Amino acid sequence: MLAESLFFSAVLFTIGVIGVLTRRNAIIIFMCVELMLNAVNLTFVAFAQVYGVAGQVFVFFVMTVAAAEAAVGLAIIIALFRHRQTVNLSNINLLRG
Amino acid sequence: MLIQHAATAGAHPLSGTVADYVWLLPILPLLGFIANGLLSLVASVKFGPDDPSADHNAGSHDAHAGEHGAAVAHGDDHHPVARHPYAFLASLIGPGVLVLTFGLALAMFAAMRGAGGGEMHAAFIQRYFSWMPVGDLQIDVAFQLDQLSMLMVLIISGVGALIHVFSVGYMVDDPGYPRYFAYLNLFVFFMLVLVLGASYPIMFIGWEGVGLCSYLLIGYWFSEKANADAGKKAFIVNRIGDFGFLVAMFMLFANIGALDFAGVNAGAAQLGVGGAVVTAICLFLFLGCAGKSAQIPLYIWLPDAMAGPTPVSALIHAATMVTAGVYLIARSNVLFALAPVASLTVVVVGALTAVFAASIGLKQWDIKKVLAYSTVSQLGYMFMGVGSGAYVAGVFHLMTHAFFKALLFLGSGSVIYAMHAAYHHTGKHDDAQDMRNMGGLKKFMPITWVLMWIATLAISGIPPFAGFFSKDEILAAVHNHGRHGTALDSVTFLGLPGGMIMLFCYVLGLAAAFMTAIYMTRMMLYTFHGPNRTGDKERDHLHEAPWVMTGPLVVLGVLSAVGGWFNLPSFFPAGPGAVLEHWLEPVVGASTARLTGGATTEVAHSTELILVGIAILVAVGGIALAFARLKPDALVPKNDALPEQGFERVLANKYYVDEAYDAAIVNPIVATSRGLLWRGIDVGLIDGLTRLIVQGKDDDNTPGAVPMGGLLTRSIGWVGSQLQSGQVGTYAWVLVVGVLFVLGAFTFR
Repeated sequence: MLAESLFFSAVLFTIGVIGVLTRRNAIIIFMCVELMLNAVNLTFVAFAQVYGVAGQVFVFFVMTVAAAEAAVGLAIIIALFRHRQTVNLSNINLLRG
Repeated sequence: MLIQHAATAGAHPLSGTVADYVWLLPILPLLGFIANGLLSLVASVKFGPDDPSADHNAGSHDAHAGEHGAAVAHGDDHHPVARHPYAFLASLIGPGVLVLTFGLALAMFAAMRGAGGGEMHAAFIQRYFSWMPVGDLQIDVAFQLDQLSMLMVLIISGVGALIHVFSVGYMVDDPGYPRYFAYLNLFVFFMLVLVLGASYPIMFIGWEGVGLCSYLLIGYWFSEKANADAGKKAFIVNRIGDFGFLVAMFMLFANIGALDFAGVNAGAAQLGVGGAVVTAICLFLFLGCAGKSAQIPLYIWLPDAMAGPTPVSALIHAATMVTAGVYLIARSNVLFALAPVASLTVVVVGALTAVFAASIGLKQWDIKKVLAYSTVSQLGYMFMGVGSGAYVAGVFHLMTHAFFKALLFLGSGSVIYAMHAAYHHTGKHDDAQDMRNMGGLKKFMPITWVLMWIATLAISGIPPFAGFFSKDEILAAVHNHGRHGTALDSVTFLGLPGGMIMLFCYVLGLAAAFMTAIYMTRMMLYTFHGPNRTGDKERDHLHEAPWVMTGPLVVLGVLSAVGGWFNLPSFFPAGPGAVLEHWLEPVVGASTARLTGGATTEVAHSTELILVGIAILVAVGGIALAFARLKPDALVPKNDALPEQGFERVLANKYYVDEAYDAAIVNPIVATSRGLLWRGIDVGLIDGLTRLIVQGKDDDNTPGAVPMGGLLTRSIGWVGSQLQSGQVGTYAWVLVVGVLFVLGAFTFR
């Protein structure tokens, strides 16, 4: 059961990473980050079955932080859109050296 | 305050007596320092910054109006301005704590006598807390009371208390009065730490502390550059000596493994007699002494130190601090007894200093400069004593010198005080310290005149005054301890046998005694005898100092007269005998025996009497010569005087030693610093490179900017900027690649 769970979470995490790396739409990148977080949560839960309840506790922390991050992140994206009328990150490169 | 009484002192005869409060001796002056310092601070907050003699300068006579120009460091041209608001409190606290300290010291002395005095063989050591527990290096803050430190404490607190009282009269109208007493109290604190410390490092704290206070007090009237410069000179020259002290401590720890006196004395024997290590340790210690006690070649700071207030010259630069070197050698007698070569060096340097400084003293016109060179010369005597193994004689001369030289300085302070008051009344601008402006003062200040004659006879070595006994003992020791068969005779020095060197030093000592008698008589004749040269209007305002100043003078006069009775020679028919020698026997007796061992130094009474006769003859001869040759009637005031000619000019200019040091050491250092280190390395190399590397065309208006400067910096910066694409995707890629790389490194290592 552990192996399957870990394999599944690895697949989810990889999908998330590839999404972050390849997509240019800020909202989709944002969702991919959430996907990576939840892949990690799955790992925690899976290990909690073997090593005790600490993993499950961690999941709550991750979910809390993820919720906060979602609120801040979405707010930034909305502000960005209002300012530039786009959420395509290729067009946003103010920090170029 | 962390004070724990150590159990080790439990068995000592002094424990349980008043000696348990030995820590109180230095703490009392420290409290005085804090109180006076607070008075000074509070006053400057409440009434505005009083002090720095800004007023003093505005209304001051220009003491530099003379042919010597601004190079002459003159203190003492203080003038009544507004009295300090807390002057009364400071007058109570400053001398008060010293009187208490002296009382406590007397009580301890009584306890010590009760506990056996001269029979007490182990020092009474009180450990308070651990200061440096570093591996093998264990340094405790501990005080040690033995016969030697007891004597020093009595001298310091006794003479110190008298000088503090004198200061009340001398300094009370100074705008920085509490600051003066704060420094003076702090000095006594450090001086007591110096003599009470039970180990070299604790002693070194006091050693450095008195140096600091000396610096602060020499430059007390710091608004005049010459005074501040004199302070700096004293400080820097003393650092050279302190280097020697430090190296000696390092070598002691490396070779013996202990730094407390008990440990060093116990372990010294393993260094061997005449060994290279112990000789080097002693020579480095003596370098420290030469700095602090103004011996050749480091004596140059002491005459300049006369820029400080005159009571400071009496306390610090005559009676106590400058004798710290003599105390250090007496304290390290076990080491010096093991190193005859080093001891012989001490004798030679002391003898040369005694003659050299005395000859300069012959032609000085500034009354304090005469006394300053006299002090250097007398310190040379003390070193001749302790160097030749006559530790008792050296310390005895330290004591009598503290009496008569403090008296001479305070007496000159009275004279300067009177001269100033006179000049101040008429508003005349002249040098109040130049003897050519004095003359005939015995009419106006009879008490000072009599007392200073007592001190003059004492320092010249006329019996039965104090200086005769101590000086005679030193000369006898230098004469006798180099006789055939002694340790000092067995070594060679510069290819000559030690005995011959000692005999030569004895002759030098006699020459110095002869010159001492001359220059002291000269000083008395020019100051107190002959016609008065102060000025017709000023003459009416010359008068004796108030009782608060003459009182301490009288006490010191009595001590200068009878101080010699503390240690009478064996041939003396009556009196208490060699009290001091018996008292110090447990501390230094074995070392004296070791240095003079191998031959009987007990010389026949006839020889002894002949030596005494020679000494008296020399002293009387010097005084008689001065009376016969010097004509105070022919002197003219300073401003009308012609410059000296020939060798007299060389003496008046102190053999041009300061000029030689300037040419050989100071100027090359300044020139190197300015030309090479500043213009060359700092401005040329470092600033030039900086311009080449960082300044670009934007900074071209900067003076000295390089046209193409900054090219390298800009190029590197451009490469770095290309990494910043601003694309979040690129950053994410870099991040992921980095994570994979780290994971890979952990997995496949």
